[in-house]
Amino acid sequence: MKPTLDVPSPAASQAERSGKPSVPIQRALTSSRTLTRSRWWLWISSGCVVTVVVVVGCLGLGTQAIPYSRIIAIILDAVVGTSMEQDLGDPTSIILLQVRMPRLLLAFLVGGSLAMVGVALQALLRNPLADPFVIGISSGAALGAAIALLFGVGISVGSISALPVCAFAGALFSLIIMYRISSAQFGFSVYTLLLAGVVLNAIFSAFIMFLTSIAEPNRVYGMYAWLMGTLTGPEWSTLGMLVLYLGVGLFVLGIHAQSLNLLTLGEETARSLGVEVERVKKSVFLASALLTGAVVSFSGIIGFVGLIIPHAVRLVVSADHRLLLPMAGLVGGMFLMLADTVARTALSPSEFPVGVITALVGGPIFLWLLTTRQTQLGMK
Amino acid sequence: MMNDQPHFNVAYSLENVSFSYGRRNRAVSEAVLNDLSCLILSGRVLGILGPNGSGKSTLLKLLARVFEPQQGKIELLGDSLSSLSQLEVAKRVALVPQETVQVFPFTISEMVMMGRSPHHQGWGGWHWEDSQDWAIAQNAMEELDVAHLGDRLVTEVSGGERQRAVIARALVQEPQVLLLDEPTAFLDLHHQLDIARIIKRLNRDRGLTVVLVSHDLNLASQYCDHVLLLNHGRLAAMGSPQKVLNPEIIEAVYGCSVLVDQHPQSGLPRVSLPV
Repeated sequence: MKPTLDVPSPAASQAERSGKPSVPIQRALTSSRTLTRSRWWLWISSGCVVTVVVVVGCLGLGTQAIPYSRIIAIILDAVVGTSMEQDLGDPTSIILLQVRMPRLLLAFLVGGSLAMVGVALQALLRNPLADPFVIGISSGAALGAAIALLFGVGISVGSISALPVCAFAGALFSLIIMYRISSAQFGFSVYTLLLAGVVLNAIFSAFIMFLTSIAEPNRVYGMYAWLMGTLTGPEWSTLGMLVLYLGVGLFVLGIHAQSLNLLTLGEETARSLGVEVERVKKSVFLASALLTGAVVSFSGIIGFVGLIIPHAVRLVVSADHRLLLPMAGLVGGMFLMLADTVARTALSPSEFPVGVITALVGGPIFLWLLTTRQTQLGMK
Repeated sequence: MMNDQPHFNVAYSLENVSFSYGRRNRAVSEAVLNDLSCLILSGRVLGILGPNGSGKSTLLKLLARVFEPQQGKIELLGDSLSSLSQLEVAKRVALVPQETVQVFPFTISEMVMMGRSPHHQGWGGWHWEDSQDWAIAQNAMEELDVAHLGDRLVTEVSGGERQRAVIARALVQEPQVLLLDEPTAFLDLHHQLDIARIIKRLNRDRGLTVVLVSHDLNLASQYCDHVLLLNHGRLAAMGSPQKVLNPEIIEAVYGCSVLVDQHPQSGLPRVSLPV
C-alpha cells in the first residue's frame, strides 16, 4: 500500500501552510515491521503453509513410521473420498485418522490457545511474564477439573461433558477473586493482580494436593499424568466440543486486537485513545478463562507455551496484536505438535507427558531471552 | 480552524467539580479536587500550576475523561463530558501522559499510528489504517522531527525523542484540545525548550487549545496565556501570568517566599528562589 500526499488531510494542508516542503512519504512508515494488510496476509499464509508441513511431518513419525506418499494418499482419500487406495479397515489408515490426527489436532488447538491467551494476558497486564499459569487461571481450572475427576462429576450430561464446564468455572472463579482483590483499591493495579495470581496458584495447588491425597489410589494415577500435561487419546467427537469452546474464546480475543495494542500504553492512555477499558478487560478476561478452562480440561496443565511463544513471535514478527495474536496461535500450535511428537516417539513405544518437554525446551529458551534480549522484553 | 465544528470560545467549563480516588463514600476531606469551577478558553495555552499533591494531574485526567468526577459537571465544547462516548472524547481531546513506558517492542511509527485509532470504529476496534492515516502520521512525525526514528523501538530512543513521538501521536488524533502532563519533567534544558516551543507553535499554527500541567513556574509564565493555580484541590488563582505569578499569591500557595522580577526578553514574570 503506497500512501500518497495528495489526500486532502488537514495535517497535509497544515504542513504546506507552515512552509514545510511536502516531501514524499518515506520509508519511516512503511518499514519492515510496520503492519499493512498485505504484510498481514503474507505472514498468515506463510504461517499456514508451514503449519501444514509440520502436520504432515509429525503424522509420519511414531511407533510405526508411515511414508509420506501414503499419508497424503490416505488424507486425500478421507477428504475427497476417492477410495482408490484401500478400504477403511486398513490399520495404517486407522492409526493415521483415528489416533494420530486427532491427537495432533488437539496439540495444535491447545498450543495455539495457550499462546494466544498468553499474548492477551501480557497485553492486559502490561507484563511480559504474565501467562495463564502464572496468574493462577490454569490452576483454578485444574482445581475445577480435579474436583470433577475425583468426585465423579466428570460424567456427561447429555452431550456436554461436565469436565470443561467445571474447569471453566474454576478458571472464572480464580479470575473473579483476583478481580475483586485488585478492585479493592482504585482502578486495577497490574502488580496486585500478578501477586494475587502467585498466591492463588499456591492455594489452588494445595487444594489439588489435598484432593489427590484423599482420593482412591487408582484415580490418583490418572490425575498425576493429567496434572503434568498430556495429550493422549482424544476422540473426534470430543474434539468438536473443544473447537466450539475455543472458537468463541479466540473470536473474542481477535476482535479486541487493536484495543490490546492501545492497552499496552497503559490503561489511562488507552482510555484517552477511546478504549472502553473496563469492558475490554472483562471480555478479554472472560475469553481467557473460557480458553484456559477448555484447554486444561482436555490436556491438563501444560506450562511455558503461553510464556515463550508470545515473546518469540514478538521479537521476530511484530508486537502488533492484529498480527501477533494469530501468529502466536499458529506458532504455539506448531510448537506443541512438535513437542508432543517428541514425547510419544523419543522413548517409543512408551511415552511421557508433553508438559515435561515444553518445560525443558521452553524454560532454557526463556532464560536465554531473559539474559540476552532485555530491552526487547521490556525488562530493563 | 481545521474542523467543521462551530467555533467555541470556551473549550471547557467546569462547575463545582469534586473528585476523590477510592470508594465513593469517603469523607470530603480526602477529596483530591474540591468544588472547582472555572472556564478554559479555546485556542489558548493554559498552565495548571500548584504544589505537589494539589490535584494538577488529576484535573488533567478529568479533562481527558480518564476519570469522571463524583460531583459537579464538566462541559467540553458545549457538550456534557459524561454524555460523550470514550471514542467521541478521544476525537476531540488528546492526552500526553507524563511518562510513556512501553514494555513491548513496538516501533515509534507503530506507536504514533495508534493515535488514529479513535477515528476508526469496528468490532472491538479492529481496523486497518488507510493511506490518509499514513499521510497524517507522516506529517505529524515530520512536524515533531521523529520521522527518521520510525523504525526504532519505543524502548530504544531517548526521553526527548519519545516525548516528541508521543506528542506526534496526540496530533495524529486530530484533536481540538491537547492535554499535557508535565511535558518537560524528565528532559534536559535543551529538550525542555524544544518541547515548549513545539507546544507554542502547535497552539499558534493549528489553533489547538493546550492545557499543560507543570511544576516550572517560569516555563508557564513564558509559554502560557493563562495559568491556573491549585492548592489542596481548590482553585487558588486563575488569570494571566502577570496577575497570578506575584510573590504574595505564590507564597500563600507554596508556603515559601520568592522573588519575582521581569524576564529580560519577554518582560513576563520571572520567579527566583531566595538565597
